[in-house]
Amino acid sequence: MVDTTLNVPGIKRAESIETPARRALRRLVRRKGALLGLAIIVLFVALAIFAPLVTPFDPTAQSWTAVRKAPSLAHWFGTDDLGRDVLTRVIFGTRASLAAGVVSVGIAMAVGVPLGLASGYLGGWFDVLIGRITDAMLACPYLILAIALAAFLGPSLGNAMIAIGVATTPIYVRLTRGQVLSVKVEDYVEAARAVGNPRWRIAIVHILPNILPSLLVQATLSIAAAIIAEASLSFLGLGQQPPAPSWGSMLNSAQRFLINAPWMAIWPGLAIFLTVLSFNLLGDGLRDALDPRQRS
Amino acid sequence: MLNFIARRLLQLIPTLFFVSVLIFSLQQLLPGDPATIMAGEERDPQVIAQIRAQYRLDQPIPVQYVYWVKGVLSGDLGESMRIHVPVRDLVLQKLPVTMQLAGMAIVIALVIGVGAGIVSAVKKDSIWDYAANALALWGISTPNFWLGIMLIFLFSVKLEWLPASGYVPLTEDWKASLAATIMPAFVLGNSIAAVLMRHTRSAMLQVLESDYVRTARAKGLSERTVIFKHAMRNALTPVITLGALELGTLLSGAVLTEQIFTIPGFGKLIVDSVFNRDYAVVQGVVLVTATMYITLNLLADVAYVLVNPRLRGS
Repeated sequence: MVDTTLNVPGIKRAESIETPARRALRRLVRRKGALLGLAIIVLFVALAIFAPLVTPFDPTAQSWTAVRKAPSLAHWFGTDDLGRDVLTRVIFGTRASLAAGVVSVGIAMAVGVPLGLASGYLGGWFDVLIGRITDAMLACPYLILAIALAAFLGPSLGNAMIAIGVATTPIYVRLTRGQVLSVKVEDYVEAARAVGNPRWRIAIVHILPNILPSLLVQATLSIAAAIIAEASLSFLGLGQQPPAPSWGSMLNSAQRFLINAPWMAIWPGLAIFLTVLSFNLLGDGLRDALDPRQRS
Repeated sequence: MLNFIARRLLQLIPTLFFVSVLIFSLQQLLPGDPATIMAGEERDPQVIAQIRAQYRLDQPIPVQYVYWVKGVLSGDLGESMRIHVPVRDLVLQKLPVTMQLAGMAIVIALVIGVGAGIVSAVKKDSIWDYAANALALWGISTPNFWLGIMLIFLFSVKLEWLPASGYVPLTEDWKASLAATIMPAFVLGNSIAAVLMRHTRSAMLQVLESDYVRTARAKGLSERTVIFKHAMRNALTPVITLGALELGTLLSGAVLTEQIFTIPGFGKLIVDSVFNRDYAVVQGVVLVTATMYITLNLLADVAYVLVNPRLRGS
């Protein structure tokens, strides 16, 4: 059989051309910080899923004979003011924190991305209206808006997620709109319009996939911020309600026993710090890996 | 310049309108009848009817909004349902405390953030650069309230150097006041320092590669003069204006920090109001915070144009 492939020097064969996704992955793998972040996130996700298998204790079971015991072989992170195992509560608390991070950012993206897409693509009065509402929401400091919303909705983990999600939404509206404005003048969008694609199809099929990298970076960094926000709301008593474990509410009760049982405050705080740090590391790595201006 | 300020002021009107709608709408989120909630334990229908009439809850929502805005525009932010004090008085009473804390936090953030950013840029890819970047990462990843608790544990419980809580006004005893506020101010400044460090580093790196800095070096000026006299002046302009926009972070942080250190400021007022279901205070505080943020945003924009002659004509 005769090989009919053209072998022109300087022109790469189709299969050897690297796709943007593969290039980003290759760059990401080279960033040790991002990989470390990803590894810690995977560990926390595994802990959240397999929590009952990892620890023999019940996170809500109280024991009056084990109140505020220092870390030991039986209780690696010690026990709290109600005799509950702190390590177990930290492990189970991962569920609330990760769920809050993912769900609230999911809410923010589900509302913010379509609004930003429509606002940037359609323009006109709709763009002005959305722009002003976004400005108004961004004018209220993030956590204060989340606290106010959570206060009015009522204290619960679900409402805290909604409050954080709503407070995060304007960030996605603004980001998506900005990205759409820069992408919609590209030749391939013009071409899609010229062949008669409807507007919704151009927005979803041609524009959205091209702005996904920026959204992905923002989502990773927003999860970090949302985890801190959930812990803050739970710390104030507006998030996860006792006796269900949450890192924020654990820190709240730990504050009262700082003299006799400092371990109650150290571990949940460290867990928040590590999780948030991991998402920030991964977000920074993703930003660099997905930035086309960075040299490979 | 005046045209620019006038244009920016005009743009504020719709933003402020939507802020007011947003804050007014918060009350509509309350499950159940607000009058019954305000009445608390009191279940007397006459009392509930009286509250409904007093707060115009018996009127249609748009009418309620108009009355609320009219009150706000004349400086009436409503009245605390719990202690029956005008919200405006509460805000004016608590704001100076938070302002003191915020001022100290900004000084701390500028010293640490700008200092680390300059060192990091000048000593790029050195151990100092890595250390400064690690510091920034630490700053943005550490929850304020945990850092506060850890500082109390170290400096108040273990070392017994500083008071764990409380507040003394500056005018009463400045030493005691500084001792009481230094830890919360550091907690607040910590995360802002991280943001400022990143901005300073990237601005300095950009300036250090510019032609005029190369010329200054070629003239034989000392590295010290090049950095402090030539590079820093241009690099810090956007950093300082960006720093002004961190007020939102500062006020959000103050909510938790004041709670931990029991400081009777603006942040503690909002938390206490939330727990006392004093919704008029919550609304008032959020409105004042948003207005402050918008105003500072405007001032930062104006300052940026003022210090940057190239933008004045545009």
